[in-house]
Amino acid sequence: MAYYLFNHLLVGIYLYGVYKMIYVENKDLVIPGEVLAEDDFYSGRGTFRENGKICSSLMGLVSLRNRKVSVIPLKSKYIPKKGDVIIGKINDVKFSMWNVDINSPYSGILPASEVFGRDKKNLNRIFNVGDVLFLRVVDVDEVKKAKLGLKGRGMGKFKGGIIVSIAPTKVPRLIGKKGSMINMIKDKTGCKIVVGQNGLVWVKGEKDMEQITKNVIKIIEKEAHTSGLTNRIRDKLYLDIDGEIPEGLDDEEYDFESEVNLSNNDNFDDDSNNHRRNSFANKHKRFNKKFNRRNSFNKKYELEKPRLQNFKAELEQEELEAKKKEDKKRNDDFINNLENIEKSKSKKSFNLNRKKSGFSILKDNF
Amino acid sequence: MIFISEDKKQRADGRAYNELRPIKIEVGVLERVDGSAYVEVGGNKILASVYGPKETYMKRFLRPDTGVIKVKYNMAPFSVDSRKRPGPDRRSNEISKITADALRPALLLESFPRSMVEVYIEVIAAEGGTRCAGVTAAAVALADAGVPMKDIVAGCAAGKMDDQIVLDLSEVEDKEGQADVPVVIMPRTGEITLLQTDGNLTDEEFEEAINLAIEGCMEVSKVQKEALKNHYVQNLEG
Repeated sequence: MAYYLFNHLLVGIYLYGVYKMIYVENKDLVIPGEVLAEDDFYSGRGTFRENGKICSSLMGLVSLRNRKVSVIPLKSKYIPKKGDVIIGKINDVKFSMWNVDINSPYSGILPASEVFGRDKKNLNRIFNVGDVLFLRVVDVDEVKKAKLGLKGRGMGKFKGGIIVSIAPTKVPRLIGKKGSMINMIKDKTGCKIVVGQNGLVWVKGEKDMEQITKNVIKIIEKEAHTSGLTNRIRDKLYLDIDGEIPEGLDDEEYDFESEVNLSNNDNFDDDSNNHRRNSFANKHKRFNKKFNRRNSFNKKYELEKPRLQNFKAELEQEELEAKKKEDKKRNDDFINNLENIEKSKSKKSFNLNRKKSGFSILKDNF
Repeated sequence: MIFISEDKKQRADGRAYNELRPIKIEVGVLERVDGSAYVEVGGNKILASVYGPKETYMKRFLRPDTGVIKVKYNMAPFSVDSRKRPGPDRRSNEISKITADALRPALLLESFPRSMVEVYIEVIAAEGGTRCAGVTAAAVALADAGVPMKDIVAGCAAGKMDDQIVLDLSEVEDKEGQADVPVVIMPRTGEITLLQTDGNLTDEEFEEAINLAIEGCMEVSKVQKEALKNHYVQNLEG
């Protein structure tokens, strides 16, 4: 909050001071081509500079921080980024890979080597066209084609459930502050929910609960930029499921600044952490139990700090371990090979001996 | 909008020489597409829809350094007095091309290389000036789809009728008039992205027509911006 005030103060200084160079305020709605600021500001995401003026290139909300002007779009397409966790649908099965539709202008590929080492099997048997998978973006190449992988907990094929699609920019709002929104919905509906950063959400539970969850997610998408959303969603969930709103619920203060934080792509890692842990919780019942108990005790839907504090570090470590393993395997292979070669050599000499005389076989065997 | 001018005669539909037909723009009218807009200019009813940057089936159009835009303009068989044969023809192919050319300078597709933006303009009812109204609708739909743009382009035509330069020709004026000058501009900088001429005009008349058309474009632009902001406010209320 202090930071927010400070920001406002800064804007104030610029507005009433010597420089009158900013034309908008934080959270203002702008449309493409609108002039936002002049010279003394930095142009951030969703803006461009022309003749010393900073203009908006998207329809969205202004975000001002440290003299950096950026626009958070209301609608946008997902662009694959390394390390993201996403939901994709198998489009095509090829000789050694799958083509995956990842709800983006660019398609993803899942190489067969990601699924079963080096030996190729019938790819159709593992994943077929139409299967929906939970994946991680391993790498994005120059032409923005995403290479996908299945390494990590909870990754793999979804069985049953429904897919709800929302705008990728609304994903942070759906997850909420430290996963508050998504966990609240999970608790109330009893559905399993997995959110991909490409704007696809997988929901599985009882049929009517799935529908309620779907509706709620759609509402969140539509009203993502309004304040007090978490409370309204909570009330709606109570109404839909219990038929009444229990008394004595404390209203949480809504903090716009945190939403902006979440909306910025740079800070996405926190969400992926949360998100990863959630899917983890789904997988492991014991953890899930603990998780639910906590939530039923204090109704604020607050969570303990994510265990996997640093997602990227973990990824790197995983990679390192894999590398070490590979190296070791290669070493072993090399040694084995040497042994094999020696064995075959001795065999060869044996064979040569054998060829010399037809009776030597019997002799050698004894 | 009231423009009263005493030295020039009134037009067939009672408008002043520099008066636009009533404009109505609605944003986000379609569910299944990334962005859409519905525009009414006088008797014109036009629906524009946009499929945002996406991977395309037509690989040969793709460019490695930037995204591309493809426009398809189509008139419904019932949009004109006598039934129009459905399907593409010489005129709609031309308008598709010039609409793409008019929109392209305003788009910032460099961040979406090897992708394509598809714009579909459907004319449900036509009453003169459909190409300008089509561009206007397409620009709003693109903004709604979240395609990065330098500016929202706006289009308006001027022309010559009864030896007098007039703004926003209706169908009768278009057919019986002496000239038609459709203009599309980027309102912030005033750059012209489309300029066509049909008919005979002297140099002075041509200047006058362009200036009048640019004035009209500015008015159209105001309506576009208002419509986009209103859509957001409506969304906010629920």
